[in-house]
Amino acid sequence: MPAKRTPARELLFGNLWEYDPAPETAKAHIDERYGLFIDGKFVAPKSKKYFDSISPRDEQKLSEIALAGPSDVDAAYQAAAGAFKTWSKTPGLERAKYLFRIARLLQDRAREFAVAETLDGGKPIKESRDFDVPMAAAHFFYHAGWADKLEYVTPGRTLAPLGVVGQVIPWNFPLLMLAWKIAPALATGNTVVIKPAETTSITALKFASILQEAGLPPGVVNIVTGAGETGSAIVNHPLAAKISFTGSTAVGKAIQRALAGTGKRLTLELGGKAANIVFEDAPLDQAVEGIINGIFFNQGHVCCAGSRLLVQESIAAPILSKLKLRLKSLRTGDPLDKNTDVGAINSKAQLTRIQDLVAAGVSEGAEIHQPVCDLPPKGFYFPPTLFSNVSQSHRIAREEIFGPVLSILTFRTPEEAIEKANNTHYGLSAGVWTDKGSRILKMSTELKAGVVWANTFNKFDPTSPFGGFKESGFGREGGKQGLLDYAQLI
Amino acid sequence: MSRLTITKTPKCYVGGAFIRSESGRVYPLNRSSGGFFANIPLCTRKDLRNAVEAAAKAGPGWAARNAYNRGQILYRLAEMLEARSAEMTDAILLGGGTRAQAEREVNVSIERIVHYAGWTDKYQALLGSVNPVASAHFNFTVTEPMGIIGIVAAEDAPLLGLLSLFLPAITSGNTVVCLASTSRPYPAILLGEMLATSDLPGGVVNLLTGQRDELIPTFATHAHLRGLAAVASLEERKTLQTGAAESVKRLKLMDSEKATDWYSEKHQGLYEIRDHLELKTTWHPIGA
Amino acid sequence: MHLGRSRFSNKLIPMSLHKAPTLGRFIADVGPVDHIGIDERVAKFTTRSIKKNAKIFGLKLATTMVDLTTLEGKDTPGKIASLCQKALRPHDDPDIPATAAVCVYPAMVKHAAKWVKGTSVKIASVATAFPSGQAPLKTRLAEVRAAVGDGADEIDMVINRGAFLAGELALVQDEISAVLEACGESTLKVILETSELETYDQIRAASFLAMQVLRPGDFIKTSTGKTNLNATLANNQVMLEAIRDHYFATGVEIAMKPAGGIRTAKQALHFLVAVKETLGDGWLSNSRYRFGASALLNDLVRQLVKEKTGAYQAPYSFSESSSAY
Repeated sequence: MPAKRTPARELLFGNLWEYDPAPETAKAHIDERYGLFIDGKFVAPKSKKYFDSISPRDEQKLSEIALAGPSDVDAAYQAAAGAFKTWSKTPGLERAKYLFRIARLLQDRAREFAVAETLDGGKPIKESRDFDVPMAAAHFFYHAGWADKLEYVTPGRTLAPLGVVGQVIPWNFPLLMLAWKIAPALATGNTVVIKPAETTSITALKFASILQEAGLPPGVVNIVTGAGETGSAIVNHPLAAKISFTGSTAVGKAIQRALAGTGKRLTLELGGKAANIVFEDAPLDQAVEGIINGIFFNQGHVCCAGSRLLVQESIAAPILSKLKLRLKSLRTGDPLDKNTDVGAINSKAQLTRIQDLVAAGVSEGAEIHQPVCDLPPKGFYFPPTLFSNVSQSHRIAREEIFGPVLSILTFRTPEEAIEKANNTHYGLSAGVWTDKGSRILKMSTELKAGVVWANTFNKFDPTSPFGGFKESGFGREGGKQGLLDYAQLI
Repeated sequence: MSRLTITKTPKCYVGGAFIRSESGRVYPLNRSSGGFFANIPLCTRKDLRNAVEAAAKAGPGWAARNAYNRGQILYRLAEMLEARSAEMTDAILLGGGTRAQAEREVNVSIERIVHYAGWTDKYQALLGSVNPVASAHFNFTVTEPMGIIGIVAAEDAPLLGLLSLFLPAITSGNTVVCLASTSRPYPAILLGEMLATSDLPGGVVNLLTGQRDELIPTFATHAHLRGLAAVASLEERKTLQTGAAESVKRLKLMDSEKATDWYSEKHQGLYEIRDHLELKTTWHPIGA
Repeated sequence: MHLGRSRFSNKLIPMSLHKAPTLGRFIADVGPVDHIGIDERVAKFTTRSIKKNAKIFGLKLATTMVDLTTLEGKDTPGKIASLCQKALRPHDDPDIPATAAVCVYPAMVKHAAKWVKGTSVKIASVATAFPSGQAPLKTRLAEVRAAVGDGADEIDMVINRGAFLAGELALVQDEISAVLEACGESTLKVILETSELETYDQIRAASFLAMQVLRPGDFIKTSTGKTNLNATLANNQVMLEAIRDHYFATGVEIAMKPAGGIRTAKQALHFLVAVKETLGDGWLSNSRYRFGASALLNDLVRQLVKEKTGAYQAPYSFSESSSAY
């Protein structure tokens, strides 16, 4: 009997029931202009220079940010060094109480901070509101509880502060990265000079008002804004006992070189090109959700993003069709709309970089798929993108794109998956999807990554240490392990 | 002419509500400076039994809360006590002593609550372990709360002594049924009100007032109490240990005849939490 | 798929079930479900913000999907009469549409027929010794035939959970086929009783077990509403994904009905978001999706009136409201 031709089966994700615009209405309370936060108050930069901060959602100007020069950075370090004399001797429980206050105040003003974060960085309000801000508050709450318990962390040795810590953070999770840096530093008795990224300084500057409300002694935390030169000044200042950097691998290497011979401690949290490995016995729909979360959460601006999907050959086709189907209900657009899933790209520069790498992927022969998206006319946007038939030699399989672009490769056996996953100079994170427990543990043992997510992805918790292997950096943030990177053992 | 005040009827915080004893009995509490203050519920073993039922109902939910949530609730208890510290100071003064001593007791109590609020999401990382067994197995040890813990507080330090015994138990997800100081019960009455307003689910902490000799035998033998922490005399300890044997309770006993410096940091910390924990070890093969 | 003859209905059914009866193997066949993964996926549906016209559309759509239900020992013809009136005309406002159906016990079908036969409101009858299903097959089938004979357009049956949990999958499926036959032209809804199946793996497996013998337009349904845990976004999602996979594999469109536990309009909108984002526009109609509910109807009406007037409404303003306060 001749085979019947089955009609193409399709699900219609159309406009029968369109969601109306649902803009967030809470106010962000952003000042027209911000000074530098040094020694407990805002001061003008010595140069009197400011630079504009624009919103990537519509390219509108949000505020003017002070440009800190070397003398401003020096003033910040002097304030921090002065404050350290008292802060390092403040009893742990008292330090704890300041950090608890900060956590609670951030919880009180959570909505305001979420809107500011979305306006400044472009991430969906849903994410700032439900992830970034609550998680930042949780980091302060968690580390507050360590401040009076340090003697339990390193039995046999005494955990003592280092001094003044210089910290430089990136633009992808501005407030959260600030929390990851400041909370453990203060809990262990250090004082801080911190520079937020130049495209996302606003929530850090608003955070200064929380420090004032909490009554934190002046000089314990100093916030200086600027770009590469300001960052250099922070890294190279002689009063820094330690530098903590999260950002690109290239800059991380430059910092490591700059610190040679200075005796300064260093921790680096750099880039990644994580493999998300899906076996045929995985719960498929949840794996697809995990893949989607892994690469489109925060527009892919995540160092530990699951940017390489390694799918077992036998299920490559169904996984690809499920991914394409899932993209149809993913909403890309104005980050201030509560129904947006994928927001704006952080800057023009980043958008250009993504476009260049995607073009490279196409020219190198990978197969591209992008859903039809109604993108806003102004602002920086890029549709979620899948590349299939990717091989390890493609640029899009090796270079960190830092955007909503997934490269799909296949494998046949667990051994091959491990080889391909580890075939990178990065080593930040990895994902494993399988129904078999022993395989999860085997993969976790073999994968050269600082974080392994099994049957889940992009999960973070203040109690869980985060950091990478190889060129993804060294040092850990979170957990009892993270405290040691802010301390000396005597 | 000065205004006539409304006197408060002290009730016990049990199951999230405020109760009189099922027996209807009370005992009078007089101020140390003289004069009647209020009638305090004289709880019976049936009240103790009911409190254990309430704790049993609240237990699974409290243990299932994540550690961060429990920490925030404990911190809120500190917020409540701090806001009403003047009232609590007066409550302690009912039993004598100086204002400075009473204030010190309240302040150290607040600090102790904050201390335990910060433990909920940390003790696991220090007491649990991943064990490097010789076979190809992933082997890990985690801690678990025991269940319902019975608490018999000291007669002195009516606030700090009581808190020091039950805070480490509830930090890890246990529920507690407590007997407050008989001679100085009023701080426990007020503490119940603060617990009720700190987002703590009803039944996690249950505070009874009454006579030690009436209740200690039931604390000892009630099989659903999985552990006890008590400050007790030699005779009382014998009663507790003998009665506990039938249900194989875990006991933490302190001698009431020896002076305890509740203010010392020796009476707070990781090992107080460990007293009310079970340890569970799981094995799983590692292989493709 | 290799077919063989069922010992109950004499119909052809997939033989793979007779050869591989174990539940575990069937679950591996249809694929496992990660519990936490499902919970996280449905949590996202609850953060969708449905406003203005989208809200009104959703509320009206939900109203047309309600199977207005009364399943009480004390039901009488009088109660059925008021239920039917409410289903036909939920509120004075003519913009508010009628519900999809009324859902009643078999003995009440003929009383419902008096009021809704010939209207757009269908009669759904529970049958097969609802809710437990613990009766001989013969009597369960007789119940179905009696209800259909009295005018039931739809039959809501319960599967044999005891047999399912004991791994007797062929028996479970054969019984569904037998009930299907007794339905004749009437639509069949198969209740899995999710609270008794417990795990999401088992809910997915039971969904496929049923769908393999159902016709286009038949339903799978979460629950009887008679246990402590009924429809949730999570079990709804497990079943929607099974329906989707079945559609892609066979082209057969099976419909879905969550029942019990959906009391508020807000919840109903979350369920509709799940449908929209999982199965798309094709399932956003009452031939493909129903709500088994009673109190829900008045909350939908109440929210629709609020949208029209701009003022929050009191529950007692609405007919058949059980809230007097």
